[in-house]
Amino acid sequence: MRILTHNMLMCNVKKCNMQGYPLKIVPSQVETVENEFNPEFIAHMIPKLDWNGVISAAADLNITNLPPTIPAGAASDETFLRSLHGLLLDITIVDGQLVCKNCGRSYKVSGGIPNMLLNEDEV
Amino acid sequence: MSRPEHFAPPEIFYNQDESVKYTTNSRIMEIQANMTNRALELLALPENKPCYILDIGCGSGLSGEVISEAGHEWVGVDISADMLNVARDREVDGDLFLWDMGHGMSFRPGTFDGAISISALQWLCNQDKTENIPQVRLKKFFQSLYNCLARGARAVFQFYPETPKQIELITTAAMRCGFAGGLVVDFPHSTKAKKFFLCLLAGSPQEYVQPRAVGEDYTGDEDTTHVAYSAGRDKAAGSAPSRLGKKKQKDSIKSKNWVIKKKERRRRQGLEVANDSKYTARKRRPKF
Repeated sequence: MRILTHNMLMCNVKKCNMQGYPLKIVPSQVETVENEFNPEFIAHMIPKLDWNGVISAAADLNITNLPPTIPAGAASDETFLRSLHGLLLDITIVDGQLVCKNCGRSYKVSGGIPNMLLNEDEV
Repeated sequence: MSRPEHFAPPEIFYNQDESVKYTTNSRIMEIQANMTNRALELLALPENKPCYILDIGCGSGLSGEVISEAGHEWVGVDISADMLNVARDREVDGDLFLWDMGHGMSFRPGTFDGAISISALQWLCNQDKTENIPQVRLKKFFQSLYNCLARGARAVFQFYPETPKQIELITTAAMRCGFAGGLVVDFPHSTKAKKFFLCLLAGSPQEYVQPRAVGEDYTGDEDTTHVAYSAGRDKAAGSAPSRLGKKKQKDSIKSKNWVIKKKERRRRQGLEVANDSKYTARKRRPKF
């Protein structure tokens, strides 16, 4: 799972009721795979990003050099888009856990695929 | 044909054997690719703009590959771990999740520019456990889907309804959750080529324009003697109907062009790809 998708993901347990965000990443294996850089797509996604979620995910992966807010004119700043691409689309969480900060539910990630299946009492 | 829903729940039916069989069968690959192309067409995304798409019931990523080829990023969810393992081994571009669509999609509001689902929705109508009540699961699913779609985004579901009652069950569930839309039936007069697409719009009903079905015996101004089933779309490329207009024709799966294009795409991604030669995509003779 890439950080971009992590930025969109919330805890699915019913009682969390959209409060379980962002999920804490407890990584045990992280990979970096270079993908084709598509500035248009990144610029398209910027308004959809939750920047606090990005900072939280980056902190879980020991990346701390992020600006506290999205800089003005980010959508046309190629160097910024490139670094954002590197963070959001190149880094993949292969193994580990996603932990909800609200209810404490943990979702296992194995082989890059998070297991989001719930038990009956959580639906 | 028999229905897989009658045998076992999806996570059990699509086991390792079935997943591999499903993904290596070139007939299924072609049908899936065709249906995905049609679904993307119905999705009516803005042209030449990379979008973020949700693929519900992505399976081994056959539909995802078509989305990638169209230049979009995607996120796929499926309930069968074995199917997802096949998808991972094929190194598809999208992010994969082991997820039960009946539990609802918990993505942030407004995340996706569109959602597609190929041959998955009918599974929701099956009650394979006592606690899985179809109405409840459908409601949960459509409600959460409505939330995670951007306003004005569409969702297109290709599905195989078993009875008219099932169609009603699904469409009413969707309409109750605020979706505008309706059913598009391609090739309505053919038993084999008939395809059901549920097109939904997350936005005001006034904006929804019902797309025209393919292969329908429409009583337009001209051509009233037109035969209903034109045998175009689902046959191999090359005989596509003129409805496609100026659009580029798609290469059929496993043809030489298709293989070369795929190799090129993977090269661009920086993956290790065998060199092209005169033997590329050449068929092995049975005597081999």
